[in-house]
Amino acid sequence: MTTLGQLGLWLALLIGAWGTFVGFYGGYTGRPELIASARRATYALCGVLVVASIGLLVALLKHDFNVAYVANYTSRDLPTVYVLSAFYGGQSGSLLFWAVVLSLFGALAQWLTSRKYDHLLPHVAGVTCAVTLFFVIVTLFAANPFERLPFTPADGSGLNPQLQNPGMVIHPPMLYLGFISITIPFAFGVAALLSRRLDTGWLHAIRKWTIVSWLFLAIGITLGMWWAYVELGWGGYWAWDPVENASFLPWLTMTAFLHSVMIQEKRGMLKKWNMVLITLSFLLSIFGTFITRSGIISSVHSFAQSAVGYYFLGFLIFIILAMAVLLWLRLPMLESDAHLESMVSREASFLFNNLILVGIAFSVLWGTMFPVISEIVRGTQVTVGPPFFNQVNIPLGLLLLALTGIGPLIAWRKASVKNLRRQFAVPVVSGGIAAAILTALGMGNFYAITTVSLAVFVVGTILQEFVRGVGARHRLHGEGYLQAFARLVGRNRRRYGGYVVHLGIVIYFLAFTGQAFRVDLEASLNPGETAEMQSPWGHTYAFTHIGVSQYDELNRLVSAASVEVARDGERMGIMKSEKRQHFICSAPIRPCPRQLRKPSFEPSTEAGIRSDLREDIYIVFAGVVEGTEEAVYRFTLNPMVWWVWFGGFVLVVGGVVTLWPGTTIRTVGEGDTQGGYAAQLLESKSA
Amino acid sequence: MKAKYKFLFGAVLVGGTVGFLMTSGIKETGVYFLTPSELAAKVSADPSFHDVGVKMGARVVHGSITRNVGTQTITFQVTDGTQTYPVVYRGLAPDTFTDDVDVVVEGRLEPDGTFRATTLLAKCGSRYETTPQA
Repeated sequence: MTTLGQLGLWLALLIGAWGTFVGFYGGYTGRPELIASARRATYALCGVLVVASIGLLVALLKHDFNVAYVANYTSRDLPTVYVLSAFYGGQSGSLLFWAVVLSLFGALAQWLTSRKYDHLLPHVAGVTCAVTLFFVIVTLFAANPFERLPFTPADGSGLNPQLQNPGMVIHPPMLYLGFISITIPFAFGVAALLSRRLDTGWLHAIRKWTIVSWLFLAIGITLGMWWAYVELGWGGYWAWDPVENASFLPWLTMTAFLHSVMIQEKRGMLKKWNMVLITLSFLLSIFGTFITRSGIISSVHSFAQSAVGYYFLGFLIFIILAMAVLLWLRLPMLESDAHLESMVSREASFLFNNLILVGIAFSVLWGTMFPVISEIVRGTQVTVGPPFFNQVNIPLGLLLLALTGIGPLIAWRKASVKNLRRQFAVPVVSGGIAAAILTALGMGNFYAITTVSLAVFVVGTILQEFVRGVGARHRLHGEGYLQAFARLVGRNRRRYGGYVVHLGIVIYFLAFTGQAFRVDLEASLNPGETAEMQSPWGHTYAFTHIGVSQYDELNRLVSAASVEVARDGERMGIMKSEKRQHFICSAPIRPCPRQLRKPSFEPSTEAGIRSDLREDIYIVFAGVVEGTEEAVYRFTLNPMVWWVWFGGFVLVVGGVVTLWPGTTIRTVGEGDTQGGYAAQLLESKSA
Repeated sequence: MKAKYKFLFGAVLVGGTVGFLMTSGIKETGVYFLTPSELAAKVSADPSFHDVGVKMGARVVHGSITRNVGTQTITFQVTDGTQTYPVVYRGLAPDTFTDDVDVVVEGRLEPDGTFRATTLLAKCGSRYETTPQA
């Protein structure tokens, strides 16, 4: 099967090169037979890469340990789901994964895009084939998953236990889907530039792709946080690690892009900026893969150092140069149709939203690269950690949160005093009251008060929109409230889906605030002894060490420590935290006799976690004092963590509403100066 | 056009804020990342360097780890081949911390030559791949 896989890759090399050539050349000359061939090339490319992927999957499932990749990432005892996830768990497999998914997206873009955009599609095929070709080249020449060993080991070395977690099965593919799908909007941007068709057509063609890829990134990042939280055992979910930052960067620029395209669609402004943003997003998605693959920045996450990094660096530089030239050539065609009329307008608030998002992205990139930059400039490495990122990004994030409330409601062009009062009076007063209440309650944390107050303001604007919209439909169309609500959302999916996404973002912000109030306690306890701690909500928790037991499980030896937990004197039950020593067997016997076991990897920790809406109890068992039954623990009370996952859920719901098929596109009419849907509806009725 | 200039002013303000936050952030929280030899050179050139928090990346000397679980203190030695420092760390060590792994310790070098670490990170060179079987 690996022969078949290898063959698939070589065919992909040929077809990818052909598709790139006929895509661009066919687009340039407009010759129908070349254009048709480019389209067929994207389908064929997808086909041969699927065959290559099946080759790798079969080798994994058949435990063909003669294949180096299979031997390095799996073992006989590994549960099947993790065997399958090993496909993208290692470096070369994940590159193949990129190639196959990108070719699939490339084929889908050809197949699903409306015939209206036929003038763009040959160039789109050229770009997707070219990018896929790059990944195929890296896979073939720098990191080939089909490489064989000179001998066949009895068993593989197994998958890192920290990756043996359900979150880790879906987190990487989600993130990859987000990364990879950015290529499609980018390809349309390039196609618009090359074909000189720089109207809003290409923006309409990619609208869904943009939201899909943004959503995948958001889901991937959130799942990554969840995985870090349950698996890494340090009690948090975000450490500003280079790999985390790498996933965050394209999300930031894509968020900026999602907003700024609306300005181009409705007002014909920001044409150059949008091209720059989508190019940046694409570059950052490649860069993200690059820094996780090259080990250029020392990170706890870094993969093995390899030549792969040079391929990525070369590719990045090529894209930057090519895009700079292309943009420069088309600059005269990217002039704005309109100018900014007032600072108090939708346009201005979106511009600031963009500035801040790009500012955040720049600071995160700078902080991530700072060890490398300082080494080049000053000769010594200087690192910046979470304090840097928090110090810079909390104020910027709060400004952004405020704009989340302002942007959707402020009028286009120039907001009148009447518009401002109508849209913002109630939310601003509510936010102010919230701040006053928190201060009166004695909360001293400035950022926390600001966050809650802004959150109330934003939620106020969103609720007001729903209430007014439903009310307006009820009055004007005589619909019942439920029906009015359903129609309101159903007929304006983009607007109301967007509001729900904003709601999800607000929930994230509130949850992040909880981290400011986290408390930790390290304690060494004999059986029966109790450690007590105070939660930020005012509860007293008592943790009583019960004992440590040892037992075998599937592919590991487990030491489990049990703790009895009580809140305010009331028993809550027993929580367990584990230390796991994974092993591999030197003979294919099950269960593996003790003398044949070889420990694989360092021991790993399973934290004990109990969540409720207010706070998480997070228990880490660190080990026993040699020769005694005394156990060392770290207890953490982590406020509001549940809301991070809930925020992710709300965001996905909003995204799905936005994506639901059948949305019609409105262009801004003269009547739409008020912002807000209810106002529009009323005006259109009275006109 | 007036609005455009006002916006540019606002943009400069936002850009300036980002720049200011970043430079002050780096000044206040940036930490030198040194090898033991580089640290030795810095300290001998400027003794006040003892008061500066640094990060040191080095390898744990085989067999040098002693753990006192009762006081939750770990002492071990790190080296880059030329310079060796004893390290004292109080707290929980990460799972990956064992003999011969690369670690990053953050803390201060005391005048007596002991490195007092407040954080201990063990880097597995290839975290997601198996360590080579000896």
